[in-house]
Amino acid sequence: MSHHRALQAETVKFRGHNGDHGEAYCARPIAAGKYPGIVVIHHLPGWDEWIIEVVRKLAHHGYAAISPHLYFREGSDSPDDIGARVRAAGGVADAQIMGDVAGAMAYLRAQPNATGKIGVIGFCSGGRHCYLAACTLSGIDAAVDCWGGNVIVDNPKDLNDKRPVAPIDLTVKLNCPLLGIFGNDDANPTADQVNRTEAVLKRLGKNYEFHRYNGAGHAFFNTSRDAYRPEQALDGWNKVFVFFGRHLAAAATTIAAE
Amino acid sequence: MCSYIVEKTALVGSAKGRKGWMRIDTANVYFDHPYYSTLDHVLAIDFTNEGRGGRDRVAVELSADSARALVARILAALASGEAAHGEPAQAADSAAAA
Repeated sequence: MSHHRALQAETVKFRGHNGDHGEAYCARPIAAGKYPGIVVIHHLPGWDEWIIEVVRKLAHHGYAAISPHLYFREGSDSPDDIGARVRAAGGVADAQIMGDVAGAMAYLRAQPNATGKIGVIGFCSGGRHCYLAACTLSGIDAAVDCWGGNVIVDNPKDLNDKRPVAPIDLTVKLNCPLLGIFGNDDANPTADQVNRTEAVLKRLGKNYEFHRYNGAGHAFFNTSRDAYRPEQALDGWNKVFVFFGRHLAAAATTIAAE
Repeated sequence: MCSYIVEKTALVGSAKGRKGWMRIDTANVYFDHPYYSTLDHVLAIDFTNEGRGGRDRVAVELSADSARALVARILAALASGEAAHGEPAQAADSAAAA
């Protein structure tokens, strides 16, 4: 088990989709050594304080983590105001998100202390984006989908120019281990949708593991919400760190002893 | 899961934000995850002026029950206001916009 209390944490510039220059929050251990990288994909409300805390948490556990501000093209206003404008515009196109995630991965690989291993984790709509990334981007060594909804799209009318393909239909292209974390009380994805996603993964012989939690709904890791479920979240985070530890070749860690 | 569903309505009015009073011409209304509230979902309203770029907003995040109660009180206030002033509320809005 390795914990890193001394961190370098800062806002950095990275090149995203179409080579656009954007900002991202990056944290990594200060101690000399090489560290695997993890891209953190934020949810629709935006690049908020909790997602920044997640980046630092991952660094604390021995990873170079980066969360690209997926709405950086909207200017330098506060993240909540920018998130509101993006929502009103119908969100961001999947293709652009994938370009920004790929850019964040390239940023991590270019760091002198990178091992070259890259993981991706996303929450809520970011969980869906993580699933998409795992199916469409090359070079991902492990992916964690935390309660990403709309992976299954039952109504074709929910597909549009920005979200043209249901992620489940790309599962055949999944080429890295996938960890899924879900609350059984979640309305999106429902327990039935999670089961159907798992059935596709199983049928296609993919490397995956799903963990479902009773007494938890959506976003139960989020300490700033009433949805927070400390016991389930503690176990879920342990699952995340064991998974990343196994596939990104870092020392497997647990947070229970911290 | 974030829904991307937004009900947009044009309106005539003013709102006081961080830069003081401003004209507003649009309300974006949605029921989804909040930015600030601790609730899982909120009825959120962003009042903006799209005609001026829509960059400034006045935002509220309400619980579903309180949003429904607010709708009822808005309608009640309009009804009692119309009765007290002897004019349709919509006519007053139109006059203010002129």
